[in-house]
Amino acid sequence: MSVVDRPAPGREIRERFGFLRRSYAMLIKEFIQLRRDRVSFAMIVMLPVMQLMLFGYAINTTPHHLPSAVLLQEDSDLTRSILKALENTAYFRFLYEVHDVDDFDNLLKSGKVLFGVEIPRGFERAVRRGDRPALLVAADATDPVAASAALGSLGMVVQTALKHDLFIGDPPEMPFEIRAHARYNPAAASSLNIVPGLVGTILTMTMLIFTALSVTREVERGTMESLLSMPIKPVEVMFGKIVPYVLVGFVQAFLIIGIGVGLFGVPVLGNLILLALLSTLFITTNLSIGYTISTVVQNQLQAMQMSMMFFLPSILLSGFMFPFAGMPTWAQYLGECLPLTHYLRIVRAIMLKGATMENLRFDALALGVLMLLAMTIAVTRFRRTLD
Amino acid sequence: MSNGNGIAIDVKGLTKSFGGREVVHDLSMQVKRGSIYGFLGPNGSGKTTTIRILCGLLTPDSGEGTCLGYDIRRDAEKIKRQVGYMTQRFSLYQDLSVRENLEFVARLYGLADARGAARDMITRLGLSGREEQLAGELSGGWKQRLALGACTLPNPQLLLLDEPTAGVDPKARRDFWNEIHALAADGLTVLVSTHYMDEAERCHEIAYIAYGHLLAHGTVEEVIAKSALTTYTVTGEDLNGLAAALTGKPGVDMVAPFGTSLHVSGRDVAALEDSIAPWRAKGGLHWQKSQPSLEDVFIELMGRSKDNFQ
Repeated sequence: MSVVDRPAPGREIRERFGFLRRSYAMLIKEFIQLRRDRVSFAMIVMLPVMQLMLFGYAINTTPHHLPSAVLLQEDSDLTRSILKALENTAYFRFLYEVHDVDDFDNLLKSGKVLFGVEIPRGFERAVRRGDRPALLVAADATDPVAASAALGSLGMVVQTALKHDLFIGDPPEMPFEIRAHARYNPAAASSLNIVPGLVGTILTMTMLIFTALSVTREVERGTMESLLSMPIKPVEVMFGKIVPYVLVGFVQAFLIIGIGVGLFGVPVLGNLILLALLSTLFITTNLSIGYTISTVVQNQLQAMQMSMMFFLPSILLSGFMFPFAGMPTWAQYLGECLPLTHYLRIVRAIMLKGATMENLRFDALALGVLMLLAMTIAVTRFRRTLD
Repeated sequence: MSNGNGIAIDVKGLTKSFGGREVVHDLSMQVKRGSIYGFLGPNGSGKTTTIRILCGLLTPDSGEGTCLGYDIRRDAEKIKRQVGYMTQRFSLYQDLSVRENLEFVARLYGLADARGAARDMITRLGLSGREEQLAGELSGGWKQRLALGACTLPNPQLLLLDEPTAGVDPKARRDFWNEIHALAADGLTVLVSTHYMDEAERCHEIAYIAYGHLLAHGTVEEVIAKSALTTYTVTGEDLNGLAAALTGKPGVDMVAPFGTSLHVSGRDVAALEDSIAPWRAKGGLHWQKSQPSLEDVFIELMGRSKDNFQ
């Protein structure tokens, strides 16, 4: 037993094809590990399917049925048929009918509508007299992509639609003028749209990852075991882990907005303090979601993957890359569940439109609800024991 | 309440399973206040699980009991305030300095003067001059000292130490044990798990656990006496050959080499003596009947429990 002269059959070491043998050994090991890591395995399937679904079904770069409002200062058959014609183009969907200029402005400012059609007093009479009065179409151009297609087609479609009406003879000549006004971003500069959007996107990415790794890191390094044996409550752990990054996020937001204003000439029309407050809310919401991820996953790799799973729809469905109004209803509902959607509205409205808290109540509330939801899940998911 | 009568840990019938595998089976134990209680047993025997149940990190599937007079199921939070738990794996923050780690613990337990407490502990540990060194950069021995310091910082009444000296050199181990004895002299109760026999012999009481079952407990002398093991120490030539020949013979429960000698042990004295008789008649070997060592007892217990529970 002590002296082994010759290895048993199958136990001798083969020198040939050593490269292939060793590579094969490594390959087998990797496959086994991959199969054990359920979450990674699921991601391999989920990520492409999710991307395909979102790009294929949810995203539409020439949006239709854009939410619109009409400022009606005169109610007549003519104005009715013009509105009908506009709606028939399928570009517009009239959600609000207001009679007051302030209401009209607030609807645009709060982002509830992207378009507003203003029909001035005495419009019909002016048309009949042949005065060619102006029909004012105001577009929210903070997202130039969403507005431009609808604006471009405006003249043509209204003309064709009205052809059947008695007001237009043959050869067709427009009895009134359509005056389009791209509000908030008259030059349709995409930097005005993208810089505020980037504030939200960058914050989402960094904040999510910071906290998503925080609990798993403690588990992986073994420090969680002694932390759990000490008298600290889950809520206390959470606050302790979130608060430092609120500051980090704040610095980051300050940096991006500063560069945006300094280098790209993006205006900040609204109140800076309101922007700072709501940005803090958004930062905290993302940190809470990251922290929730951290309490669900088992290791840091899974935490990164899960963060990606959250980040991807955030970019695609929030209105950052593609017009929110152009997405189908289900995708819009999905988008409403993402904090970035609400923050984009907030940051664009404050910076470009000079919106006030009054205009942004809904989105601020939505962020608050999402934050509390994430925190509740995190605290209940956080395991006080090692069971 | 067992709080007043000098019992620190009093548990009955603890059972814990993971994924259908029972790791701790019907375990009952009592630890006196101010004593050092050694917890011994092979790897995977349930020592760590038991310690985690005691400090509230795991909830037992069944069984009950008190730790420092608090119910281990209901009062986990209260127990945590009074217990220092030193994990098997170094579990302080490697990327924090010695001082920062100690201050973190002190603040977490709500010590009024966290900085002062940390400073005093650094002096006590003999880490002065190294307080700004990262914990991860300390040597194994110093890491253990620091971990013990962190456990004792909030003045606990009970210390649970899970293999605190694994991988530490003999000098550091001795210092560590001197510290533990000093703490126990101050009235602290210490439950310590270990693989080292010399450490077991430094405990006031020991318990031996294997495959989740508590097999023996008491003082070292009691455990050896209760084993009813007879041991012969053999010296001479070709002990390897002798070991191979004796293994499995009736009455021979254990054959184990100890340096230049061989320990042959068995519970049934008559059968053992019958089996070794032919070898004793032969020359070249010196046979001496001796008291079994604690290690003999444990290895024999381990071998027996393997047959029973595996």
